[in-house]
Order: sequence, then structure tokens, then C-alpha cells
Amino acid sequence: MFDRIREKLNILADAAKYDVSCSSSGGTRKNDNKGLGNSHTSGICHTYTEDGRCVSLLKILLTNHCIYDCLFCVSRKSNDIKRAAFTVDEVVELTMNFYRRNYIEGLFLSSGIFKNADFTMERLLLVVKKLRLEQNYNGYIHLKTIPGASDDLIKEAGLYADRMSINLEMPTEAGLKLLAPEKSHADVIKPLDFVQKQITQFSADKKLIKHVPKFVPAGQSTQMVIGATPESDKDIMYTANAFYNNFSLKRVYYSGYVPISNDTRMPILGTQPPLLRENRLYQTDWLMRFYGFKVQEILNDANPNLDIDIDPKLSWAIRNMQHFPVDINTADYKMILRIPGIGVMSAKKIVQARKFGKLRIDQLKKIGVAYNRAKHFIVCLDSPYQLKDYQGTQIKAFILAESKSKYLKTDSNQMILF
Amino acid sequence: MTYIFDGSLQGLLTAVFEWFERKPGKVMLKSTEMFQPEAFAESFTVITDATKADRVWVGLQKKLKKEWLRKFYCSYLSEIPEAYHHLFQFSLYIFKHPVGAEGNYGNEHVIALSKYAKSVEREKHRMEAFIRFQKTGDGIFYAGIDPDFNVLPLISNHFKNRYADQQWVIYDLKRKYGLHYNLTSVEEITISFTNGINKQSPASILMDESEALYATLWKDYFKSANIVARKNTKLHVQHVPKRYWKYLTEKEI
Repeated sequence: MFDRIREKLNILADAAKYDVSCSSSGGTRKNDNKGLGNSHTSGICHTYTEDGRCVSLLKILLTNHCIYDCLFCVSRKSNDIKRAAFTVDEVVELTMNFYRRNYIEGLFLSSGIFKNADFTMERLLLVVKKLRLEQNYNGYIHLKTIPGASDDLIKEAGLYADRMSINLEMPTEAGLKLLAPEKSHADVIKPLDFVQKQITQFSADKKLIKHVPKFVPAGQSTQMVIGATPESDKDIMYTANAFYNNFSLKRVYYSGYVPISNDTRMPILGTQPPLLRENRLYQTDWLMRFYGFKVQEILNDANPNLDIDIDPKLSWAIRNMQHFPVDINTADYKMILRIPGIGVMSAKKIVQARKFGKLRIDQLKKIGVAYNRAKHFIVCLDSPYQLKDYQGTQIKAFILAESKSKYLKTDSNQMILF
Repeated sequence: MTYIFDGSLQGLLTAVFEWFERKPGKVMLKSTEMFQPEAFAESFTVITDATKADRVWVGLQKKLKKEWLRKFYCSYLSEIPEAYHHLFQFSLYIFKHPVGAEGNYGNEHVIALSKYAKSVEREKHRMEAFIRFQKTGDGIFYAGIDPDFNVLPLISNHFKNRYADQQWVIYDLKRKYGLHYNLTSVEEITISFTNGINKQSPASILMDESEALYATLWKDYFKSANIVARKNTKLHVQHVPKRYWKYLTEKEI
């Protein structure tokens, strides 16, 4: 018994780990019935794997049996691997006992498709219902929406889950068709759209009626695999941007492809996953969501790919030197946010602090500005007088000369410096 | 001039009261523990007074929003000797200026408090993340910790709300006190440990019979969730600094 459950957990956790989402934020569930668990607004990472990723949720598949044969997926039908399936009770017991020990924030439950979409979705629904209704469990639940499942099942699942997600898998339809001919982006869009409409409906009802049940309170997310197919960064981010806008997604995840197949259509086994590229995409995602950048400013036909050697914010600044230097003591908040070396927290502090007097360099450093980077783009009260206007490329050289990228050891294709 | 106080929050607030009573000019605030008499410096010993402390606290409440009262309290819980002095100076600064003065991040005491508070909140968050309960033979979920700062008062509510249907004990081994939730309320406790007992992870004979199973499953899970091709030890250690490893079931060998 003991060995069997260990084996199942190993197989089904291993198969689930390529889904990078582990966020437990955005939930609003309270422990009102004196049961177990609640949501933590900002989420909690309870530990980190040795690859440096957050572990917040018990992320498992209900089963890795699957009727599909998607090339990029370890659980594809044609792959010769051990298969296993949890029973509903096993998942419930694991979740409850892990949660009670403060190992996890909750459950991330996904599944291979066995028999058909509805059959799979029904099983997932059984697990979440048992947790919520029988075990008084109020911890976080992230549930995969199974494309093709009936609206009724999806709607019912939404009443118990905090977040639902469906993966786009490949950034473009063409890429997807190449590796998973049986699938299309339309399969994903339909349920994403359905859940989004329900969320909107429930929140509209909530304004009129007091006791409306929660429906997917932490919203929806999706994931794209990066580097398995030859899309440009522009393709990827334009798709992400469209999904943020059209379906009010909470997150889009970018998962650098880890080679798991020796099919010739994809990078060969042993190829390093594109970690730096993944990092740059996330930085762009942040610039779009928190820094007021439009995706077209960062990526466009003239610049279809992100710079590897510098981050996208610095890259934008260097291409747009006409906006700089910015006077810290007078510029508006939106412009201060765009200065390389100044983050959201520092920008807020600057705007508050300057009401009390013009700011000096030493104060900016204490506030948390990365001054060595920012100094090329700002003036403040005691900025040294500069006789010469430097070109963007010169500034880039200055910054690169004094900074050491953490990726330099691992990635050789970024050594093309000047 | 040096003010000496007993190290308590009330003592610190009383010191602020005494300053306004006397207006002695420039003052250093030190706790009794840290104070070393100097030949030519005057000193004044603050006698902690609940009424005076209350008046100062009420005064701060009128001047500061909740967010800043919390920063003030967090800075105090840091137990860092210089933080006491900054708290004292910050209070004087707030009382001497119109409402809103805490937004002056160019002021050294404002920035100091916001930094102390950030460190303490981070430690609080780490405890919420890294505490690992072990189920004991009598059904109580136990965790022994030794946080960098005195964060028990800050994490009490989180654990009370979350683990409402199980008894738990979180014990600060460094400060020698703990919290016990008895299914209705959280009480402060002290434990007299039997000699020779491992306070971090007590012997398995004292544990619930399912404890070893779930600890093993959790360790297995931790290993399975890792993607070897993405190994990044530097990032791993940055997120989970080594001093916390002793808490973590998944890091046991």
C-alpha cells in the first residue's frame, strides 16, 4: 500500500511538473466554517525546487493515461512510460495531510485525457467536490479545464475551484498544428471564453444579490511552451497580449521547452532549455502588466526579438533616448516607472518623498534605486553636470561593462557584446 | 544626552512622552541592555508608565495610517538596538510635523523604519511558508522555530484562521515561548522540554503513526517536482537560505 502510493505520486507529480504555474495568489476564500485552510491574498511559496521554482501547490495529474499524442508532452500516447492513476480518495487524503502540515497552499489538479473529455472532467470534479463539501477544505484549488468538456461540468467545477486554466501549448496555431495535429487554439478559446463570461456574470449578480457563490475567484491563466517551435518573441508576446485583453487572464506563463522527445521537428534531447529567453519574456510580461508599456513599444517589426544581453526595459530606453534624461523631481509617475533601475516601489517612494523637498543622489540610493543603472537616464538635485550627450549604444556599453549577467556561464550565444 | 529604557514597547513610547515633557534637545535612546555609561554624557532613565505610553500611542494613531502603525510595531519586533533609536526619533519627527510626514522617504528615520519593517515582514512571511508541522502522538501539530526576529505575534492570526480545525503549537526556541491553539483561541505558552529531546524534530516514537508516511511522500514529491535540466542552485539558495533548511522536511536527508 505504502509503496504503491509512493510510486503513483512519483509518476503523477513527475508528469505534472512541466506545467509551470504554481501561483496561489488572488484567492479570496475564507475559513468561515471552521474547517481547514483559507486563501492568502499574495500566495505563499512553501518551498523551492532545486531548479529555483516555487512550490506552492501539490501539483499532480489524476492520471497520465492519455488518448492524445502531442509531441511536446511526456504523457503522449506513443511515449513508452509507466502509467498510473490516483483514486479520488487518494488525492483528497494527500491534499488534506500535506495541507495540515503546512507543506502546501493547496492543490493543482490536472489530468491526461482518458476515454473522453467529459469522463475526465467528471473525475476532477469529484475530487474538488469531496474536498470542499465533505472535508470542509477551504485551501486553494487550481483546476485544469478539460477542453471539450460540457459547459455544465465546467460551470460546476468553477463553483469549487479558485483558479482554472487551459494551456495554449504553442504560441501560434501553426506551431500547435505542427506538433499536435489533433488540437487547435479554438479548443482552448471556447472554454476560456465560457469561463470568463461566467465570471463576469457572477460578479454582475453579486452587485444585485448578496449571497452569490464564488466562481473561479482567482481567475484564469494559460501557458505557452517556448522554443519548441520557431516563433519569434513578437509572435509570443502578441499572442499573450491578445489573451490578456480578450479573456482578462490573470497570468500567462512561458515555459522554456525541456527536450523530452527525439522527434526531428523539435530541439534534440540534451539541448539546454532556453532559460534566458524565458526570463526576458517574463520581464516583458511584467512591463506590460505593471509598468504601463504597450507590447508594440517593446516588440515590433523592427525589433521582433528581445535583446539577450540586456533587459527589455533598458533596451526600450536605449532605443528611445529622446525621452531622457528624466528629472526625478518633476517628471510624472508614469515616466519615472520607465527609467531603467527604478522599480514600482522606488517610483512610488520618489513621488511621495519629493513633496518634502528636491531629492539628492544619496536619498535615491537609500530609497532603493539601482543608481548605477539609473544615473544615465535621470537628473536630480545634485546630478553632476554632463558636458557630453552619450549615445544609447555607449550607455549600453557602460552598463554592460559594470554588470555581470547571471546567465553568462550557461549561455554562450550572448557573448556578442560590442 | 542618552535616554535609557527597559526594552519594552511601552518603555519606548514612555521615552517619547518624557522627551516632550522636558524638551532636552538631541537625545540618543538605548535599552538598558545596550547602555554603557560614558564619562561626559548625561543620561536619564525612563520609568515605563502605561498611561504615558498609551497617550503617545493614541497620538501616533491620530497621525499615522494603519499601514504605518504596523511598520512601527514591526520595527520594534526586529529587536535591533539601532531600530529603537530610529523609532524614538521617528516619533518625535511625526509629532513635530503635520499629518503625512511619514511619506518623506528622504528622511533617514522614515527610510530606516520602512527597511526594518520590510525585513520583519519578510521573516514573518518566511515563517508562514517554512513552518512544517509534525503531528504528535496526541494529535497536536507541532513546529519548533528560531526566527531572526520576534515574529510570533505577527503570525498568530494567520495560523489561527487557517488551521481552525486542528490543535497546533508553534514554539520559538530562541526566545523560549510559543503559541498554542486549542481549537478556540491562541494562548502564549512556555514548554519545559525534557533533557536531551530534539526540539526541532522530536523522536518518531512521540509522533503520530502517519507522520513518517506523509513526511516521506512530501520528500518524494519535492524530488519529483524538480526539473533536472533546469538546475539552478544559486536561485534555489536565494529563495530558501540555508539557515532555514533545518525547518524543512523536504531538506532532511
